[in-house]
Amino acid sequence: MTSTQVKSVAANPPHRGGYSSERRRSNLLTALMWLAGAYFVLPIAWLAIASTKDNEDLFTTFGLWFGTKNSLWENLVSVFTVRDGLYLRWLVNTILYAGVSAFGAVLLATMAGYAFAKYNPPGFKLLFSIVIGAIMIPLTALAIPTYLLFSGLGLTNTPLAVILPSLVSPFGVYLMRVYSADAIPDSLIEAARVDGAGEFRIFWQVGLRMLGPGIATVFLFATVSTWNNYFLPLIMLNSSELYPLTVGLAQQQAASAAGGGSQALFSTVITGSLVSIIPLIVAFLVLQRYWQSGLATGGVKG
Amino acid sequence: MTMAKAKQVRPAPAPSGARLRRRSAVERKKNRAAYLFVLPFVVLFAAMLFIPLVYAGYLSMFQVRIIGGESFIGVANYIRAFLDPRFLEGLLRMGVFLIVQVPIMLSLALVFALALDSGRVRGSRVLRLLIFVPFAVPGVIATLMWGYLYGNDFGPIAQVARALGFAPPDLLASGNILGSIMNIVTWSFVGYNMIIMYAALRSIPEELFEAADIDGAGQIRVAWSIKIPAIRPAILLTVIFSIIGTFQLFNEPSLLYRIAPDAIGVSFSPNFYAYNLAFISLDTNYAAAIAFLLGTVIATISYIIQHFANRSQRSEP
Repeated sequence: MTSTQVKSVAANPPHRGGYSSERRRSNLLTALMWLAGAYFVLPIAWLAIASTKDNEDLFTTFGLWFGTKNSLWENLVSVFTVRDGLYLRWLVNTILYAGVSAFGAVLLATMAGYAFAKYNPPGFKLLFSIVIGAIMIPLTALAIPTYLLFSGLGLTNTPLAVILPSLVSPFGVYLMRVYSADAIPDSLIEAARVDGAGEFRIFWQVGLRMLGPGIATVFLFATVSTWNNYFLPLIMLNSSELYPLTVGLAQQQAASAAGGGSQALFSTVITGSLVSIIPLIVAFLVLQRYWQSGLATGGVKG
Repeated sequence: MTMAKAKQVRPAPAPSGARLRRRSAVERKKNRAAYLFVLPFVVLFAAMLFIPLVYAGYLSMFQVRIIGGESFIGVANYIRAFLDPRFLEGLLRMGVFLIVQVPIMLSLALVFALALDSGRVRGSRVLRLLIFVPFAVPGVIATLMWGYLYGNDFGPIAQVARALGFAPPDLLASGNILGSIMNIVTWSFVGYNMIIMYAALRSIPEELFEAADIDGAGQIRVAWSIKIPAIRPAILLTVIFSIIGTFQLFNEPSLLYRIAPDAIGVSFSPNFYAYNLAFISLDTNYAAAIAFLLGTVIATISYIIQHFANRSQRSEP
């Protein structure tokens, strides 16, 4: 078999990519890369191990190995029962804020991105440049004036204060524009028009169906950015029943570091942190096929 | 092929009146749909980005006094910021961060992406995910976690040092804290940047490698002269995002402040400073000026980098 044949076999749709006429594995490179991989995993491994320890073991046994007994269950119970199960509320809040924001952000970004890709009425070029320019505006710089505006409207300390600003994703619009231009052939839209379909129906029935990976990518990244947001909920929310996990855990950590009340808080914060990162890690693993191809489009045309 | 294109190509000589009217009616309907599609986004965009931005600009030109209320002071807040050592030090610190941490992070991301793309690493699929996983960990949790890892009480770094008979390094001391934060940010974002570059590498067209194949060029040469130039847009994207992210640094200093208040101080990063001004000192007007200035600095640097990148690309043969 010649090398060209090898190539054409391997070049099937998900790009084989890369230059590797000799596909030799390198032991040295493998070892170095796994060493690097260890750096990225060890902190999480430490967190998982620390979640199985009670406070005493936490202070007296080596961090990267298990303690004298397994206290994972006790820690989990304490995570979910401390302060009348406040942690569960934080978890529910986080899911709510992230879910609603991501859903709204995707809907808005998909409609706008699709329109920017497929229509060209007067003013659209300028509008799109403004949206792209806005990617550079540091969102945290807007948080303080937004807070003041919201407090004038009586919106602070409500879920809307966290959700509304998270609905706007200029990068999502950009990604969906690139993706729409790529994935939806103009001829298909034209054909639907000839069939007498209205513009909105074309978007709903023809467009959306072909935008799957793009939508999954924007949804996942919008979820992550709201799930991980700390600054916005920190300034917008006062009552701890409205906190998302990030703000709640940070507050708990501050209390445990200050030694306020019981020492048991250390292992509670650590176990709570572990529980809080599991949903997103699972989402990324399950959806990896989608977001990786979605990102590829965005990155290539960037 | 589309109607819009056909119209542009064919200039003045008009078709019959009826056809023209029909076509422009179709155009009008299409345009109306297009505006409706972007309307919800544009409304929220204006409400959540544009109005706060204008409002920040407005606020920054006023001053509130206990006696006399709000008064217009023009650019005085900006002059104050330019003379404020706390703001300038914070900005400088982020400048150092940008020059040191961003190149390290992006070089690592690029090297990892190239290594995984070369097909010479065993278990590369699993590795790709392992390196990416920290991105799914919220910055707050990452900082809490590293805070414990750095800490003297039960941090494994201190434990190892003690076991080997060294004095444990104080990674939260003021001389080390910037490096410690750089490490947290690097840990969190190498994987994200790597995935963007890796995705771009995977979609380099096959033809680009054919010449190298005939040449018998080695992996490193191919990486340097074919792969890296080919994924330039993706690299530029990661550079811009990293700049924006660096200057917005907030989570790490604000959380580490609680366990190392002296090493961090209230103005570690401009963003943290603006927060403290607005919510601790209640000087919202000055905080707005700082936020506005910070936004200007970020937009300017991003613009310059893009400008440079585009120019050097054009001048290439």
